[in-house]
Amino acid sequence: MKEEIRYLSLCGLLGYGYAPESLANALAEPLDFIGVDAGSTDPGPYYLGSGKGFVKRLQVKRDLALALPEALSRKIPLIIGSAGGAGARPHVDATLEVLQEIAAEKKLRFTVAVVYSDLDVGQLRQWAAQGRLTPCGGAPEFDPACLDQLAHPVAQFGTEPIIRALQSGADVILSGRCCDTAIFASYPIMHGFPAGLALHAAKIAECGALCARPVGANDSLIVTLRHDAMTVRPPNPIRACTPDSVAAHSLYEQPDPECFFEPEGMIDMRQAEFLSAGERGVTVRGTTLAPAAKPTLKLEGAVRRGWRTITIAGVRDPVAIANLDAIESGVRAAVATSMAGVSSDYSLRFLRYGVDAVSGGLEAPPEPLPREAGLLIEAIGPTQEIADTVLSLARSSALHQAFPNRKATAGNLAFPFSPSDFHGGEVFEFALYHLLDTTGLELDFPLVLKEVGGHADL
Amino acid sequence: MRIYDLAFVCRSKNAGPFQFTVDLMFQNEADFERVLQAANFTPTAIGALCDADPARIHIKPFRRILTIKVVLPRRCGSGGPGDTDVYGSQQHFPLGAMEIA
Repeated sequence: MKEEIRYLSLCGLLGYGYAPESLANALAEPLDFIGVDAGSTDPGPYYLGSGKGFVKRLQVKRDLALALPEALSRKIPLIIGSAGGAGARPHVDATLEVLQEIAAEKKLRFTVAVVYSDLDVGQLRQWAAQGRLTPCGGAPEFDPACLDQLAHPVAQFGTEPIIRALQSGADVILSGRCCDTAIFASYPIMHGFPAGLALHAAKIAECGALCARPVGANDSLIVTLRHDAMTVRPPNPIRACTPDSVAAHSLYEQPDPECFFEPEGMIDMRQAEFLSAGERGVTVRGTTLAPAAKPTLKLEGAVRRGWRTITIAGVRDPVAIANLDAIESGVRAAVATSMAGVSSDYSLRFLRYGVDAVSGGLEAPPEPLPREAGLLIEAIGPTQEIADTVLSLARSSALHQAFPNRKATAGNLAFPFSPSDFHGGEVFEFALYHLLDTTGLELDFPLVLKEVGGHADL
Repeated sequence: MRIYDLAFVCRSKNAGPFQFTVDLMFQNEADFERVLQAANFTPTAIGALCDADPARIHIKPFRRILTIKVVLPRRCGSGGPGDTDVYGSQQHFPLGAMEIA
């Protein structure tokens, strides 16, 4: 049995970048694997719904092109989790294409174990009917009416499918949507390391050097895992971990700083100790795992709610700023009149930057009102054409809308651009963010082995 | 004194697409306790301030690093129609403006 596992988390998010010296420094000592998390729900449901990535292809290529040849030459696995951001099939396949491109350019040849996490809508319907879905993290109850419009439903699986992929002996593991921890905990758990500690280490590792000071989601972290403790240290000498910086990391984007839940169970950090290790490292021990009372997986899916068009303009006239409510209600009435008989299926929104746009009206407008205000008008409609039409009507009405005591009778808005209106494209909403009770279910996440590269030699 | 002035870090972020977390970090135990023990630092008062159901507001002290985490429901799913802050990184107000005796 291995006594120690040493791995590198390349960066906080594939495509965010990392210092090349960090990789070089980390490779100065032996590593068991290199992992990188590519996923997040943070940028919103659009990316899952549309099948697009939220970091650009060239960013992903840069980050992989440096690390891939190093992993291959050392015969250590490179594990990419939640590929393409949202981890559905189009995202995974786009990342596979990047790997193929790198292989062709660098004349590399390797095997990729691809694990897809996509769900079948028919199966979801069945699970919903069986009452297996419960809201996760404050989500509303699942609405089965959304099933027919659900784009790219995925399961966020844990370590099991990635362990299976590692056991295939592939050089690169390319995983669809998975728990961030699964990327880094699968290898240690496969080798018999305690799951609680392995998952806690993975939770820290998945954000790269975010647990260091200065923080660096765009830099690497080395984790050394033993059976009774783990040590984290940034390979970049400009950064250091401290007991407080590592303990504080468990606050980040988490509802509870002292425990978190994964398919493997509840990771309990209440008894964890954080101790300095050398000048820039921190050793953690004492984390435990309480197995889950019933097995669950988190599911994610998005539904399209229409198409968006927006315009942005500034307002300087003080009476106009004092009358933004009156302008808005006048515009709404004018648009409704013009859209009668065309389509009533649209929504309009006015965001008043400088006044109350960010808090969404939770706070009263400032007194005195600002000298300038930014007005963003948004239209969402069932087609892009309807959104364009509604927005166009709203924009021209807002420009000329009358209100009490108006002095600037030639126009209310300063548009910085021509054309003034912009397509936001499809608008999605998270409709599936639920836990699936997997008791008695045999879930099959297909593993596909691909040979990549080598054609340049033929 | 406002919470924003008592804390040396006052930040918000999504905790998943349907919740915000507001993290309040304090430089000393006195300020940490002053906020944590304040009569108005309750889910009910925070709910009234933030237009949120108090049953869905959770206050979690993390004494090890003198931090209080407040979990609040989002009024709509992140990035969905009607959202004003996809990452939730500017939602530490109005809570930050709460006056602590």
